[in-house]
Amino acid sequence: MDRKRRSRRELYTKEICACSIFGAMNREGDRFTGEGVMKAIASMRVRGNGLGGGFAAYGIYPDHRDLYAFHLMFTGPTDVARRAAKKELEAFLARKFDVYFDEEIPTDESVFVRDPPLLWRYFVLPRKEGEDEATADGDYMVSQIMAVNTKIENAYVFSSGKNMGCFKGVGYPEEIGEYFMLDRLYRGHTWTVHGRFPTNTQAWWGGAHPFGLLDTTVVHNGEVSSYGTNRWYLEMYGYACTLQTDTEVIAYAADLLMRRQKLPIEIVAKILAPPIWNAIDRMDEKEKKLLTTLRMAYGPLLMNGPFAVIIGETGRMIGLTDRIRLRPLTAATKGEMFYISSEEASIRLISPKLDRVWTPKGGEPVIGEIKSMNKMKRVC
Amino acid sequence: MRSFVFPEFSIIRDEERCGSCRGCERQCAFGVHTYDPVTDRLTSDEQKCAGCQRCAIFCPEKAIVVRPSPSFYRPNASWSREKIEDLKRQAETGGVLLTGCGSDKPFRIYWDHIVLNASQVTNPSIDPLREPMELRTFLGRKPDMLDIRAEDGDVEIRTEISPNLTVETPILFSAMSYGAISYNAFRSLATAACKSGTYFNTGEGGLPREMRDEFGRCAIVQVASGRFGIDAEYLNCAQAVEIKVGQGAKPGIGGHLPGEKVSLAVAETRMIPQGTDAISPAPHHDIYSIEDLSTLITALKEVTNYEKPISVKIAAVHNFAAIASGIVRAGADIIAIDGLRGGTGAAPKAIRDNVGIPTELAISSLDRRLREEGIRNQCSIIAAGGIRCSSDVVKAIALGADAVYIGSAALIAMGCTLCQKCYTGKCNWGICTQDPRLSGRLNVEIASMRLSNLISAWSHEIREMLGGMGINALESLRGNRDHLRGVGLYEWELDVLGIKGAGE
Repeated sequence: MDRKRRSRRELYTKEICACSIFGAMNREGDRFTGEGVMKAIASMRVRGNGLGGGFAAYGIYPDHRDLYAFHLMFTGPTDVARRAAKKELEAFLARKFDVYFDEEIPTDESVFVRDPPLLWRYFVLPRKEGEDEATADGDYMVSQIMAVNTKIENAYVFSSGKNMGCFKGVGYPEEIGEYFMLDRLYRGHTWTVHGRFPTNTQAWWGGAHPFGLLDTTVVHNGEVSSYGTNRWYLEMYGYACTLQTDTEVIAYAADLLMRRQKLPIEIVAKILAPPIWNAIDRMDEKEKKLLTTLRMAYGPLLMNGPFAVIIGETGRMIGLTDRIRLRPLTAATKGEMFYISSEEASIRLISPKLDRVWTPKGGEPVIGEIKSMNKMKRVC
Repeated sequence: MRSFVFPEFSIIRDEERCGSCRGCERQCAFGVHTYDPVTDRLTSDEQKCAGCQRCAIFCPEKAIVVRPSPSFYRPNASWSREKIEDLKRQAETGGVLLTGCGSDKPFRIYWDHIVLNASQVTNPSIDPLREPMELRTFLGRKPDMLDIRAEDGDVEIRTEISPNLTVETPILFSAMSYGAISYNAFRSLATAACKSGTYFNTGEGGLPREMRDEFGRCAIVQVASGRFGIDAEYLNCAQAVEIKVGQGAKPGIGGHLPGEKVSLAVAETRMIPQGTDAISPAPHHDIYSIEDLSTLITALKEVTNYEKPISVKIAAVHNFAAIASGIVRAGADIIAIDGLRGGTGAAPKAIRDNVGIPTELAISSLDRRLREEGIRNQCSIIAAGGIRCSSDVVKAIALGADAVYIGSAALIAMGCTLCQKCYTGKCNWGICTQDPRLSGRLNVEIASMRLSNLISAWSHEIREMLGGMGINALESLRGNRDHLRGVGLYEWELDVLGIKGAGE
């Protein structure tokens, strides 16, 4: 297909997938390895088909906690192409960032994964020059990430937050975990994980979950039927949807609303999964006005279709389902531990005796927060 | 001068069935049927027949069939019968050919080349009879973001919200003025709009005073180049004000309501002397540029205390998307675009059938243009011109419209058969006439019921189609071209529509 000639058409392809999602957080900020979440997600193997798995881990780079950690994927068909993409990316980084440290992301070569790309991480700070000086760090970072993902062929930034990282690829999630040695090399206070069941076979490493932008990550089970609408709205705010999946619109919407527009998560949940009009019309005047205004102003960000997501942020983990709850989500606590999962069984597998287990209502967020960020820093 | 034009229609009367009741004679304002007392038979002058089917439908014995005349000239691909007859008529009259209704020419109807999506397996389709299915739509300027402060559980919105129209279904009645259509037709539209949670548009003929209290809450009032019937009360009694710049059926030209149609009541409403021609100039003579339009928008906002959205209606022409973008920047809250097949009460045939572009393409290019400029949420788009059924509405919205205006469809619901003789003022269906004998045929109660039935039927069908796509709120379909595919379209057409071909 000649893209140039048909450039005016919205020729995106949207992959459709069903999935398993799992999240674990230590609300005291104590860090733990990825072993438990790997075990939990492995128990939901039937919900995936081995065509994608991935993890987001928070608190894993305490030594570089003030630097943005870029995880890069160079995909090209040959090693030469991958190296060429890396060279191009590094030239770009040299212009726009101060790179403090970089290395290949360590992997266990004894684990078989299909067609792994070249994986590299860079710890950077923005170097804003000229017009960019007035731009906020976050906005600068986002626009540079969008530039890499749209302009540099075969190079994808798949993780870009501080003191956190995404690890993902084609395979069952527990295999991906082993490939990246998450049970041995990393300790984090919050982990989210995803096992994927794409309905087409065209699996590629960039298409696996989580999707992240800065320190916001999303693992998602579902299909966003409103993708086309969400996409045009986000594009107006400079988000380029390049990863061929509907999940990235959730990540970008979360970034737009929470980071840029500074809306509290409770409000964001009401934008992504608002109550139905019948319910709003029965509310008291003040609440009715709030929700009506939200739906009026942010209608294009309503995420329609079935979904359950876990949104990760530094110090916070949020579970949310669509407003008529077409996908499963279970939340649980045990002491300082907070869990969100597609299935209760996988939580009980790693923590048999739970303090509380509940099923959140459709459209109502469940939020776990680290009690004291100070303590977290001390522990780190 | 003897006319060399064939009758357009043949009237076949079944003499066995005909009871000589003279019903057809009374029904036909064109004077086609006459009773001959000598033979106790009715005869028909086919030359006068408009093909409106009033006599055929109202004949108690179903004795009349009106069908296109089988007469023909020698077949000629270049000189069709229509071309030959139009030419003959002009040779006989020396005038501009007038016509009514939207263009009937075979321009490609894109609605019929677009197919919709439905859910299978990965995404459950939703049954609208059992689950919520929301069509509520807001028309007007939306803020780029909301500044919301939450303190001690108390949430406060600090952003000032522009006024928006709330419609319970994305279908509004298009501008049709009192004067062009009869009082009963006008009142039927108003009644149905209020009943169905939507809006009617007064057109440029003002809003009769006695209707303001009752129907102002579901009225969009128009300000057109003739400025008929405008005062502060008129502007303030409605929920939105629309500046009419252009009309799809006759882009670039004005309007002319002949003095015969300016009855006392029409004259009072339009604030002009009875029996005088009501002429709307081609341009607004105070709008010769975009900054002039901006001034008028501001003036209207001032007079309505910034409490009502201001709409600007333009015809879809070649460069309209750029113009519309300027109109949004000039302060308009709603852009109404009227396409090539939009209707009219009277227009020169040469203009109606040759000027403008199809609505479908217009919606898509306007939506894209505004998105590219990052100002799409600063206005709503109402699409007009050639919307015939609920699936056209769904497709219009998926192409980027916020709502649609229906004109011809509403008239058809009241009885119109698109005979295109609106400009004669002799509408046998009582719609497009000021003759009290004819307009009395339209019963407001029945006509408004037919209109609200139509809105209800389409809304149900829209819910079914949305549910099939696994979408339970209309806002998630807006601009969602993902749910559209083209069939039998050229590459450039797919490009303009921004959709993939079927199977792609």
